[in-house]
Amino acid sequence: MAGRRYSEPGDRILSRDPVSVRRYGGFTRLNHWFTATTLILLGLSGFALFDPSLYWLSALFGGGQPTRWVHPFIGIALFISFMILFVQLVRHNLFRREDAVWARNIRSVVKGDEDKLPELGKYNFGQKFVFWAMFWLIVVLIVTGFMIWYQFFPDIVSVETRRIALMVHSVSAVLTILTLILHVFAAIWTRGTLSAMTQGTVTGGWAFRHHRKWFRELAGRQRTDPAE
Amino acid sequence: MTIATNVDSPRTATANPPVQPVQGNLGQAAVVRSSAGGPVAENPTALTPVAKLIDVSKCIGCKACQSACVEWNDTHPEIGVNVGVYENPHDLTPDMFTLMRFAEYDNPETGDFEWLIRKDGCMHCADPGCLTACPAPGAIVQYSNGIVDFIHENCIGCGYCVSGCPFDIPRISQVDHRSYKCTLCSDRVAVGQGPACAKACPTHAITFGTKDDMTALAAERVEDLKSRGYDNAGLYDPQGVGGTHVMYVLHHADKPGIYNDLPEDPQIAGVVKSWKGPTKTAGLAAIGLAAIGSVAMGLFSRVSVEPEDERHAEDLVDRAAAIPGGEGSGEGKDA
Repeated sequence: MAGRRYSEPGDRILSRDPVSVRRYGGFTRLNHWFTATTLILLGLSGFALFDPSLYWLSALFGGGQPTRWVHPFIGIALFISFMILFVQLVRHNLFRREDAVWARNIRSVVKGDEDKLPELGKYNFGQKFVFWAMFWLIVVLIVTGFMIWYQFFPDIVSVETRRIALMVHSVSAVLTILTLILHVFAAIWTRGTLSAMTQGTVTGGWAFRHHRKWFRELAGRQRTDPAE
Repeated sequence: MTIATNVDSPRTATANPPVQPVQGNLGQAAVVRSSAGGPVAENPTALTPVAKLIDVSKCIGCKACQSACVEWNDTHPEIGVNVGVYENPHDLTPDMFTLMRFAEYDNPETGDFEWLIRKDGCMHCADPGCLTACPAPGAIVQYSNGIVDFIHENCIGCGYCVSGCPFDIPRISQVDHRSYKCTLCSDRVAVGQGPACAKACPTHAITFGTKDDMTALAAERVEDLKSRGYDNAGLYDPQGVGGTHVMYVLHHADKPGIYNDLPEDPQIAGVVKSWKGPTKTAGLAAIGLAAIGSVAMGLFSRVSVEPEDERHAEDLVDRAAAIPGGEGSGEGKDA
């Protein structure tokens, strides 16, 4: 029986005509959208405190005091939710040799000229970059977040350290929003991607074009799957 | 002596209040700076800058100023515990806006043992770090007479002012989650009276008046101290924060640190300035550009799956189904 090198246990060919491929299970999708929701709420409440011109966003949370109170709790929810997502996705997001080739040929990617690119497993370099950028930024945000959570942790760091933590937290938050923009843009720009996180499936053509190694493995496993 | 009702800023803390009603002059009309782009007066009332002068050499450590502060501001500090030091309470709190800090100093030059008592509290900086750091519009204001005041209904309790302050003064209440500090008795000064602490001080170690008068008085005091052998006596009015509206006469002005860590050259920390300055601007610009850029690129290009890809996919799936285990083992053969 062929082992899995490029796919997750739930990934499989669902139908042959037209070809439909299962990419994410229900739990992973729910987990993803919960994380996304918390990230957007954090962005909105964080923006309100980041720049006075965006302070009006605090009205969405019931005013300045509730915004200040709720932001760290949403942050904890995001951290836990993201880490659950992380353990599900990390295995196929480890960097591989073909990622370097892909990254060198980023022009072909932008032109949509994928014949010049190596065949890929479940994720390409761009997706892996978003994954790891989000991971490290969220770790930095939660650590600095506790340092500046004045209501409950007024004494865990000195005033000098807290000043630096405030700066690092702001810069990391900006980088997180930039990563989010890249993530959303890539998902929409690459047509056929969104259904992976909505219905959980992609078309065979999408899988063939963008993640051929992953797709080949699933095609070869069609008959062995029920025996698992 | 009673004060005239038409004076813009009180000239002393010792005079008695006027008997007729007085209109307060420290409202929105006198606001010259406001945190996070909060409202400032268009033509602010030009009030004479005031200052409180604390002559450390005259202080006897009686804490009358602390009592007067608690009484006037109607705060209710918790009854503390004695841990064998004179400070009571042990630190500034949301209910204790001023605190006598006691330092025992062995003067290496004279061999004298000196008891240095400094009344700690808000310095009312001309360039306030708290106001710079505050994210809530109008929560911290500066009046044209120099007083920096917290407008509690606008405060969100984030604690940024604590990080912004070079003197570690503001304290956040765990009861109403708002930030508190010395107001320089803005509610007394507004109606012609000096601060409660200055009024209560039995030795006139705390005096109050215009900043010019207080600077002149300090010069006299410094001269007197020098004539008594304190060669390094001087005025503490740190220019790193643009000068302050609470000033000290120190017998050892060359070593402010010996007065319970009074900062030598206080300034708004560089990291706070850049966080509240370039970081904000650059961050928002980067996010805006990225958003506009990706929308623009999305309008002009996209990567779509071609019908040909779907055909290839069907072929591949059909072929693989015909040969069990054939395609599945992985490495792309036609890569």
